[in-house]
Amino acid sequence: MTVPRFWREQQSRYNLVGSHCKTCGNYYYPIRNLCPECRRDGDMEQYKFKGTGKIVTCTVTHTTSDEFNDLVPYALAIVELDEGAKLTTQIVDEPEKVAIGKRVHSVFRKLGSDGDSGIIYYGTKFELDKE
Amino acid sequence: MTVGIVSYGAYIPRYRIKTEEIAKVWGGDAEILKNGLKVFEKSVPDVDEDAATIAVSAARNAVNRVGLDTQRIGAVYTGSESHPYAVKPTSTIVAEAVGASPDMTAADFEFACKAGSAAVQVCMGLVGSGMIDLGLAIGADVSQGAPNDALEYTAAAGGAAYVIGNKESELIAIIEDTYSFTTDTPDFWRRESQHYPSHGGRFTGDPGYFRHVTSGAKGLLKKMGTKPEDYDYAVFHQPNGKFPERAAQMLGFTKEQIKPGLVVPRLGNTYSGSCLMGIAATLDIAKPGDRIFATAYGSGAGSDAFSIRVTDKIEEFRGKVPTVEELLADPIYLDYGKYAHHKGKINFG
Repeated sequence: MTVPRFWREQQSRYNLVGSHCKTCGNYYYPIRNLCPECRRDGDMEQYKFKGTGKIVTCTVTHTTSDEFNDLVPYALAIVELDEGAKLTTQIVDEPEKVAIGKRVHSVFRKLGSDGDSGIIYYGTKFELDKE
Repeated sequence: MTVGIVSYGAYIPRYRIKTEEIAKVWGGDAEILKNGLKVFEKSVPDVDEDAATIAVSAARNAVNRVGLDTQRIGAVYTGSESHPYAVKPTSTIVAEAVGASPDMTAADFEFACKAGSAAVQVCMGLVGSGMIDLGLAIGADVSQGAPNDALEYTAAAGGAAYVIGNKESELIAIIEDTYSFTTDTPDFWRRESQHYPSHGGRFTGDPGYFRHVTSGAKGLLKKMGTKPEDYDYAVFHQPNGKFPERAAQMLGFTKEQIKPGLVVPRLGNTYSGSCLMGIAATLDIAKPGDRIFATAYGSGAGSDAFSIRVTDKIEEFRGKVPTVEELLADPIYLDYGKYAHHKGKINFG
């Protein structure tokens, strides 16, 4: 990923900023300029999600690209935020504990880096709520 | 002008390694090491955690405790000796991640284990002079100890963040005064591009830690005209469990006074987070009116002493974010191989 592209998406990645359509009430992540439901009638505003939600589906990754080799095995999930938007994210807990329906909350972690001398990408991952 | 703590927050990674596990790899006697260091296990960062993520996590706990309007923060200072970049501030990452930027100033601090308390002092000056409304001071580290070095048994990961303000009505604790004692004492250092720090062995004790901690503490007691018995609790920088106990004894503080803040036996030394973590653990249980005496120490060398008085306001913000005890609970233990992986100690050449 290029540095400018990451920088442009920083608010979404750091602080879970997405969009809310004031016309239909739908929430979107990441930021959208146009509501896909309301089209030209949509009235979009930026919205910072609370960072809480539940796992809709999940998988465990054992084989991946070099960039993520340090993390395997790791759990990936589609999380439905409490406001309704869905996103794909890593769940930082032990993979065997990750399951559909479990409650999660956002945490701030390293997402990757451009080698040893490049930029470090930070952003949001999710963690299981304590039971 | 009255200055003090508007809020505080801590963060400790979930992973731990026991002293026995490290000793097993290097042929050390775990019982001797545990008795000598009084450290039984230490925290280890996850693979995707570093000083910046820990600083952000602690800072978010601080702002969430009181539901702070983060646009009021006029300065963010992060103290660490493991900033992820040699050139590029950790504090800008923190500021962006807590929603404090852009109308503010920021910088990174480094002074071995007392960079976080130095950040608190700078924020005290800025809010005390009225230059800013609130300051965010953080101490966070993923500290390094070379394999088979004495430091490997204690170098841990964690951090604590403090929001410093000047409006008496919103302070959960007043910082009554501060005093520092600083000399050029080379007891611990890390040169540019080196992975691990070096230290002067036993030299780090008397000329380093004990001289500076006791001088800083005595200086503040003298400046304020207070005595150890005037305080309910005391916190001293905790590179291991033995040093703060001895420093407390030398100064006339009791074991009971330092007990709530002495988290190092189950946490290890979180370097820039060490003393600030002890203060956080003490604030977690302190009652309105309690007085806390704290002295941070940083190799190189210097100490920052603080006299803190807890206000009634603290009771309003209990249970909003995890306490230090809650962060220490329910750890995941690693074997040495996993620990080496988490710490990036394996070099593939």
